[in-house]
Amino acid sequence: MSVILVFLLVIAGFAGWWLSHQRLMAKPWLEQGVIGDVVALEGSALPTAKIGLGVFLAVVGCLFALFTSAYFMRMALSDWQALPLPRVLWLNTGVLVLSSIALQCASVAARRGQIDTVRLGLATAGLTALAFLVGQLVVWRELTADGYLLTANPANSFFYLITGMHGLHILGGLVGLSRTTAGAWNGARPERLRLGVELCAMYWHFLLFVWLAIFALLAGWAATFIEICRQLLT
Amino acid sequence: MVDVTPADAVPPAEVAEMELYHPHSWWTKYVFSQDAKVIAIQYSATATAIGLVALVLSWLMRLQLGFPGTFDFISPEAYYQFITMHGMIMVIYLLTALFLGGFGNYLIPLMVGARDMVFPYVNMLSYWIYLLAVLVLASSFFAPGGPTGAGWTLYPPQAIMTGTPGGQDWGIILMLVSLILFIIGFTMGGLNYVVTVLQARTRGMTLMRLPLTVWGIFTATVMALLAFPALFVACVMMLFDRALGTSFFMPAIVQMGEQLQHGGGSPILFQHLFWFFGHPEVYIVALPAFGIVSDLISTHARKNIFGYRMMVWAIVGIGALSFVVWAHHMYVSGMHPYFGFFFATTTLIIAVPTAIKVYNWVLTLWRGDIHLTVPMLFALAFIVTFVNGGLTGLFLGNVVVDVPLSDTMFVVAHFHMVMGVAPILVIFGAIYHWYPKVTGRMLNEAMGQFHFWVTFLGAYLIFFPMHYIGLMGVPRRYHELTNTTVMTESAHDLNAFISIMAFLVGFAQIVFLFNLIWSIRHGREAGGNPWRATTLEWQTPETPPAHGNFGKELPIVYRWAYDYSVPGAKEDFIPQNMPGSFGTSREPA
Amino acid sequence: MAIALVLVLVVVGSVLFHFLSPWWWTPIASNWDYIDNTIIITFWITGVVFAAVVLFMAYCVFRFRHREGNQAAYEPENKRLEWWLTIVTAIGVTAMLVPGLFVWNQFVSVPSDATVVEVVGQQWQWSFRLPGKDGKLGTSDTRNVSPENPLGVNASDANGQDDVVIEAADLHLPVGKPVKMLLRSIDVLHDFYVPEFRAKMDMIPGSVTYFWFTPTKTGTFQVLCAELCGQGHPLMNGVVMVDTPEDYLAWLGEQQTFAQLSAPQQVGSAE
Repeated sequence: MSVILVFLLVIAGFAGWWLSHQRLMAKPWLEQGVIGDVVALEGSALPTAKIGLGVFLAVVGCLFALFTSAYFMRMALSDWQALPLPRVLWLNTGVLVLSSIALQCASVAARRGQIDTVRLGLATAGLTALAFLVGQLVVWRELTADGYLLTANPANSFFYLITGMHGLHILGGLVGLSRTTAGAWNGARPERLRLGVELCAMYWHFLLFVWLAIFALLAGWAATFIEICRQLLT
Repeated sequence: MVDVTPADAVPPAEVAEMELYHPHSWWTKYVFSQDAKVIAIQYSATATAIGLVALVLSWLMRLQLGFPGTFDFISPEAYYQFITMHGMIMVIYLLTALFLGGFGNYLIPLMVGARDMVFPYVNMLSYWIYLLAVLVLASSFFAPGGPTGAGWTLYPPQAIMTGTPGGQDWGIILMLVSLILFIIGFTMGGLNYVVTVLQARTRGMTLMRLPLTVWGIFTATVMALLAFPALFVACVMMLFDRALGTSFFMPAIVQMGEQLQHGGGSPILFQHLFWFFGHPEVYIVALPAFGIVSDLISTHARKNIFGYRMMVWAIVGIGALSFVVWAHHMYVSGMHPYFGFFFATTTLIIAVPTAIKVYNWVLTLWRGDIHLTVPMLFALAFIVTFVNGGLTGLFLGNVVVDVPLSDTMFVVAHFHMVMGVAPILVIFGAIYHWYPKVTGRMLNEAMGQFHFWVTFLGAYLIFFPMHYIGLMGVPRRYHELTNTTVMTESAHDLNAFISIMAFLVGFAQIVFLFNLIWSIRHGREAGGNPWRATTLEWQTPETPPAHGNFGKELPIVYRWAYDYSVPGAKEDFIPQNMPGSFGTSREPA
Repeated sequence: MAIALVLVLVVVGSVLFHFLSPWWWTPIASNWDYIDNTIIITFWITGVVFAAVVLFMAYCVFRFRHREGNQAAYEPENKRLEWWLTIVTAIGVTAMLVPGLFVWNQFVSVPSDATVVEVVGQQWQWSFRLPGKDGKLGTSDTRNVSPENPLGVNASDANGQDDVVIEAADLHLPVGKPVKMLLRSIDVLHDFYVPEFRAKMDMIPGSVTYFWFTPTKTGTFQVLCAELCGQGHPLMNGVVMVDTPEDYLAWLGEQQTFAQLSAPQQVGSAE
């Protein structure tokens, strides 16, 4: 459970930082009748949708941290046999990076009001994300063809489970992306479009980060890294 | 997982005009409504309906426990199905849904001075997914093999094996699917509750001016958002084990002389995941109750809540600490014994902020002007039952004391007292308190008094003696105790007494439901602020509040939520949106 | 007003019930009276707190109930009082925690002279295995379980040959000797629980858990399963008899070893 505890510690750090700016030591009964000096404490200047997405990403992060925790705990048992990672995964990673870059470009273009670049970026991002999903399916087929079946070993089970879960999140993101893309073609209000593109970019970057972490986990680097940390500590 | 569609969200600053999302037809106004108040009532009604099922189930198991051998239709299979569904429904589908989906939806926007939740569409989806989860759960009663009988903790391996009702039938699958749906739906709602508190507070509503109800629900929601994924992970992995034959939790097993296909898995892994959710869950139910009861006591004692700052810090502290105590449910699970030292210490530390909250409630009564209204009576009863149940928690949290008591009726008595009876008493108090705002009419006082006395005394008489049956060493989850030698003849009589009390308490709830329906038409007209309370939900121009809550202009907040009996003020309460300075000396002497 | 009276009655009634009711723990038959003592300490501390809080509340309700013209005091907080209460609470909690942790330390430290007894749970019966003359239990694996080898003892392990196997029958223990119970399950979770011994621990398929105790009284005790294990859970009873050393040896002499139990077939094939 150490991974999830570290993750929660980070969340707690954010929460503590935010709370420390909320004057929790103030004596509210002494502050009657005034509002002038406290206006700054009424929520963030960031768009609410971004805060909402941020909270949601924290939940998603929590989910994957828990899968990672379970992975490590199950890995410690004797019947674990790591499976070889297909090469295609590297290609998929590259495609997903491209997808994120495309959205970042779209987001920059949206800020500058270059609608053509926004459309190009959104379309590229959507297509590359789809390509990533197809690539992941290819990986699954390759593994099953080589006999690494879901039930044969817990390492296999975790591989399918975690990549599947990540794929579902990409799929969900594609729904949002397609709506934003439709808006880009149908002349959505510029500020609305910009917000949509920025939210998509945020979500994409996060899922890319999650994917890199998962990749490191499944490839065994994460375990090595933790082993090194443990040795440094003891 | 279902994702929030990012493009759909509209920042609240732009929706000051209500026209933006005004419903146009009866369907969008009352059924597929995006108004948090309507969603709150939908959540509450659904939770109550499924909660009634759980109440009936508890009667059935009390029939069996109180009068063993009398009712043939309660077979061991049926009994285990009853306890499982009773527990799961009460904890998740009733308490969590009612506190967060019901009270959260109704009160958060009103109390922070917002027109609605920040993502109304997602909020509506949240309810419909919750309803779907409830329906899937209820459908397991009609599935072949019936619902699962694995106990609400669903411990593998038995949860997905023959020998447990529903283990190799549909029961367990429907339960897991329903939980997964519930979590997805809850996440959508939870995002709303959290972000609304973060972003949609009206002018002047700083965090330290929030009523404790909002603090409680807000903190509980944050915890739930972080804890439910653990249940989600556990459910998905168990579903894989059951449906696809993986071995996440399933070790090598010989059942009835036959080797099963699984091998190598760890049942303890499931328990860690389950309780990583399960312990915060206790506080997910408790913190909203803490918050609401603080407001009830303060309002009806006409006195500011004592030690508001300490109350806020305690809520946040309890919320944080509750994530590092989960393994106190696993002292005798066979995990590494040295964990016991750590988890016993963290568990007993959490008793300190909790105790402070109790002190502050009773100190609020000190030198108050206590109106013994029905909500106040329920609040007082909450303190009694919560203190009782909290103190027995000190037995079970202290690792070695837990050894003889765990898995006995003592545990059953403890958690029913602390997270069954106590929060439910708060829910009742809260309903008597806010019903006038929701409907415009008061609940009937005589029926309320009857409901209170039977519920409080009956529930205490059910669960207080039950601790002693557990102390005798009588294990929980026994379909019949006639073969158990520690169960004496007199203890059987006590069990019968407990069962009779259970029927009585259940009956009082029917009176309560009747009151709820009867008073919609026949209750006394309440007016906008019958309790003369300070918080914003009582200051709405219409009662019940119209769509958009606050008419043309949002209220501006000038003070904290607890300006009761301010010396020198004309009235004994000053609403939060009243400008100006009142009172001469506000520093404590 | 009635509520103030009822609150007092709740306290008085609960205290009277505690002292006068016939429902109390079973007489102890092991060394774990330490645990009973920690429970007593906890009862005293929590009982005092319960009575104090509820009686104080009753007094407040009586004394400060609403009457015409009353006004509540305005007192947002009282730092000193709150600090005092926090400190007193912390002391009370420590007074329960520290003895608890001491006893837990004893509970998890098995004395070196403890003899080993293996308990194997399965739906829905108890079996036992005692080490033979070599004092060592042979290794085991759920995969070895078969009708001839119900406990899954590893047949190729020499240590296991002289193990005494007691399938679905009573366990006997000598009085006054510490025993380490090794707990194993071949199907689902179970929990070996004898109320008179106070100790209990879950058994988990796939791993071996343990607890230890010293039986201090001879007699017959009922074994209960304390972890839900399917619909036969309440019927999963067993018997532990704590014997004098002589009786114990006499009983032990009548038991069969693993080698003896699996011998008939070998003899049959040799003929």
